[in-house]
Amino acid sequence: MTSTISAEPTRRDFLYIATGAVGAVGVGALFVPLIAQMNPDASTIAAGAPIEVDLAPIAEGQIIKVFWRGKPIFISHRTPKEIEEARSVPLSSLPDPQPDQDRVKAGHDQWLVVIGICTHLGCIPLAHQGNYDGWFCPCHGSQYDTSGRIRQGPAPANLYLPPYAFVSDSKIRIG
Amino acid sequence: MSGPSTKSSTPPAWPHSLRRADGSICEPPPFEPKSTMLQWLEARLPILSFSYSSVVSYPTPRNLNYWWTFGAILTFMLVAQIVTGVILVMHYIPQVDLAFNSVEHIMRDVNYGWLMRYLHSNGASMFFLAVYIHIFRGMYYGSYKAPREVLWILGVIIYAVMIATGFLGYVLPWGQMSYWAATVITNLFSAIPVVGDPIVTWLWGGYSVGNPTLGRFFSLHYLLPFVILGVVVLHIWALHVVGQNNPAGIDPKEEKDTVAFTPYATIKDIFGFAVFCILYAWFVFYIPNYLGHADNYIPANPAVTPAHIVPEWYYLPFYAILRSIPDKLFGVIALFGSIVILAFLPWLDTSRVRSAIYRPLYRQFFWIFVIVCIGLGWLGSKPAEGGYVIASRVLTAWYFFHFIIVLPLLGLFEKPKPLPTSISQAVLGTKKVVASLAVLLAGAALFFGTPAPASAQERDQPSPPRNSWSFHGPFGRYDPGQLQRGLKIYREVCQVCHSLNLVAFRTLGEEGGPDFTEAEVEAIAAQYKIKDGPNDQGEMFERPGRPADRFPPPFPNEQAARFANNGALPPDMSVLAKARQYERGFPWFVFDAFTQYQELGVDYIVSVLRGYAPTPAGVTIPSGAQYNIYFPGHAIGMPPPLSDGVVSYTDGAPETLDQYSKDIAAFLMWAAEPTLDARKRIGFQVLIYLLVLSGLLYFTKKKIWQNVHAPDEAAPGPDPKSTAS
Repeated sequence: MTSTISAEPTRRDFLYIATGAVGAVGVGALFVPLIAQMNPDASTIAAGAPIEVDLAPIAEGQIIKVFWRGKPIFISHRTPKEIEEARSVPLSSLPDPQPDQDRVKAGHDQWLVVIGICTHLGCIPLAHQGNYDGWFCPCHGSQYDTSGRIRQGPAPANLYLPPYAFVSDSKIRIG
Repeated sequence: MSGPSTKSSTPPAWPHSLRRADGSICEPPPFEPKSTMLQWLEARLPILSFSYSSVVSYPTPRNLNYWWTFGAILTFMLVAQIVTGVILVMHYIPQVDLAFNSVEHIMRDVNYGWLMRYLHSNGASMFFLAVYIHIFRGMYYGSYKAPREVLWILGVIIYAVMIATGFLGYVLPWGQMSYWAATVITNLFSAIPVVGDPIVTWLWGGYSVGNPTLGRFFSLHYLLPFVILGVVVLHIWALHVVGQNNPAGIDPKEEKDTVAFTPYATIKDIFGFAVFCILYAWFVFYIPNYLGHADNYIPANPAVTPAHIVPEWYYLPFYAILRSIPDKLFGVIALFGSIVILAFLPWLDTSRVRSAIYRPLYRQFFWIFVIVCIGLGWLGSKPAEGGYVIASRVLTAWYFFHFIIVLPLLGLFEKPKPLPTSISQAVLGTKKVVASLAVLLAGAALFFGTPAPASAQERDQPSPPRNSWSFHGPFGRYDPGQLQRGLKIYREVCQVCHSLNLVAFRTLGEEGGPDFTEAEVEAIAAQYKIKDGPNDQGEMFERPGRPADRFPPPFPNEQAARFANNGALPPDMSVLAKARQYERGFPWFVFDAFTQYQELGVDYIVSVLRGYAPTPAGVTIPSGAQYNIYFPGHAIGMPPPLSDGVVSYTDGAPETLDQYSKDIAAFLMWAAEPTLDARKRIGFQVLIYLLVLSGLLYFTKKKIWQNVHAPDEAAPGPDPKSTAS
C-alpha cells in the first residue's frame, strides 16, 4: 500500500484488523471439516464395537489370533510351565519391567490376551518362537516371553494389552 | 522484470506501454528484499520479486467494475473444487457395484462428508455460473480483441475442458442420470462416419457403459482439473503480458489510469468472492439438491432409461442445439461447433472498438445473444417435441447467425460513439448496464435450475399439494416423535416389501434423528436377523442384529422381490424421498429457490399414499395394478399400504391415513438425509459469518479505495451494490 493517509488512523486500523481477524477465523474454521473428514467415520467407529471370544475351543499351549478394530489380538492358553517361566524371571532383568500378574486377569492366570503387534514398528510377531518360548518378530528380531514382555531386540515396550474382561470363565469381551 | 523494448516495432508488453505524464516509461516499483536471507534467495530463484510484480505492484486499470472480480472468483472456485474433490476421492469407490453406496457413505458416515459432497456438486454449478458471467463480460467489453486473442482462446480451452470435467464428474455417483448421461454423451462420437462405433467401444472399454468406463472416467475426472489449472496459469500469464481490458475498452495511457493490484484489486476480488460465497452457501446448506435431478438418487439401471433425460443446467443450451438438428452427424457437429466458434470470436468481430458501451448496435445484438442463450437453455430442459423443436431451431440458427453474420457485418456498418480520451474520463452509464446484466444473469441461473420437467403424459398429473414439515426452511429440524412413528410404520407395514439398505440401526440413536436411547437402538437391532459368517465350520449363520448393522432386506435379491410382488420391484427406501419429485413449472421453481422448498419428494410420497381412488370411467389399468391419482401414469403396482387404524400409536397422535402418510414420509426424508439438522444449523452460522465478513470487507474496500476516489479525480468508482448477482 502506498501513502494512504487518513484523518482517523485509529478507526481505519481497527477496521483492517477486524476484517483480517474475522477472515482469519473463517479460514481457520474451514480446516475443521477438512481435517475432521480424515478421522474414523461413523461406520468405522461402529464396526470397532467390542467383540466376544469363546475360549472353550482353545487347547492348552495353543495361541489363537482374532481381529478387533483391524488389529490382531493374541489369545494364549498358557501351560503351567509357561506361567512358571514368566513368573520366575527377576523383574530387574527386563527392559520394560512388569510382573506377569499385572498382565493377566486375576484367577485367569492361564489366559494371556495381548495386542499382537510388535511395539517396535508394527510387524506381527511369530508365536512359539525365539529364545523365550514367546514371540519372535521377523522384521527386526525383537523377542517376547510367555507373558508377551520384550526380552531382547529393538522393541521398546512389552506387547500392549487390549481392554477386555471375562464375561464368564470361558468367554471374554474385547473392547 | 526485463527492460522495455522501446526500439521494437511491435508495441511493448504491458505494463511497459504505460507512460507517465512527462512521457517517461512507467515501471512498477521493483521488489527489493531487505533481509540478507531474502536477497540470497532472490539471487537464486527470483520467486519473491516475480510474485511481487505479478500480484502486488502489477498495475490494473482503475475503472474495473465488479464483473472483473469473476476472474478471481473462478480461481477460488477451481481451488475449492480441487480441494473438495481430493477429499471425496479419499472416500469414494469407482466400482459399479459400490460407487452409488460409497457416495451415500460419504453423505451419512464420513465426518462432514455431506458438506464436502454438497460443496463439490453445487460448486460445479457455481463454477459454471461464474464462468458464464466471465465469458459474457468478455463479450460485452470486447476483451477478446487484439492484443488479447491468445488470452481469449486459452479461456475457451479452459471452458471446453471444464465441460468435459463436469460431465465426467457427473457420471461418478453412478445414479440413473449418471449412467444415461454417460451413454448419451459417449454415443455422440458414434456419429463420426466409419470410425464412430470403434471409437465409442474404445471410450467405453466394453460393449456398453460399464465398470471399465467408470474407472477411466474417474481417472480423467481427477486429471482434468489439473490440466485446467495449468491452462489457467497460461491464461493469467497471457493476461499479465497484455494487461487487463476495462469497461471503457481503451488502453491505460498514464500512470494515474491504473492502481496497484494490491491492495486495490485484491480487496475488491476478496469482497466479490465473499458475496459470491453467500449465494454458494445458500445452495449448499439450504437447497443442495435444487440444481440436481432426483433421478440421480436412483442407482444406475442399464435396463431402464429415465422418462426424460436432461443434462445439468449448465449444458442445456448445447443440448438444445444438439436436439434441434434432425441429422445425427450434423447435430453433433453443431454441438461442438457452438463451442469451437467461440475461439474464432477475435476474428469474427471486425470492429476495432472493444467496449459495447461505445457500440450502440452491438450492445443490442449482445443482449439478443444473451437472451438466445438463455432461451436455448430453457428449451434444452423441455421435451423435444412440437413447438419446442421449432423454437430450438430458430434460436440455434440465431446463435450461429450472430457469430458468422452479425459480428463481421456490424464492424463494417456500425458507427461507434466517440471513445473517451482516457480511462479517467470514461466510465459513465455503466451502472445501468451492470444492474440489468445482474438481473438477467440471476434470472438465467434460476431458469436453468428447472428440475427435469415431465413428459407429455405426465403433464396430465395433478401436482401433489404441499404439506407443512418441521424440517422445512432455514431453521427446520426433524421431529423425533414423528420419526419414531414413521419407523413404526416402516417396521409394521413397509418392510414387508421395501428394503432400507443404507440405513444403519446405530443412526436411529444419532443426533438429529429419531433420538432413541442406546438401549432402545440395541433392542431394535436385536429384533432383526442378520446373515453373518462363515463360522469355523465354514457355514453362514444368522445372528441378532447389532447397532452397526443395516436394516436387512426383505428379499434376498431382485428376482425374489419381483416374484413375490407380481413382477413389480418395490424400490429401496433409503433415498426414496430424494429420488422422487414432481414438476413445479414456471414460475414456481424460481420461488422455490428463495423459499427453500426442498420437500418435493416427501410431498409426493404423502400424495401417493393418499392418492388411491377408484379407476375413473374410460381409464384402463393393467390387471394387478391400482389406480393412483398422483403416481406417474396412474397405474401403481403397490396396493394401498395404509388405512386408518392399521398402526397403533402410543403417543396419542391420530391413527389416520393422513397422519400415517406424513409420519412415514418424514421418516423417509430422515432416512434419505440424516444430516439435515446439522446442515441447516451449520448453514445458518456460515451465512451469518459471511454476511458479517462481506460487510467488513465492503467497508475495508471503501477505505482502501478512498484516496483513489478523491473528489479532484473524475473517476466514479464501480458501484458495489451491483454485485448482487
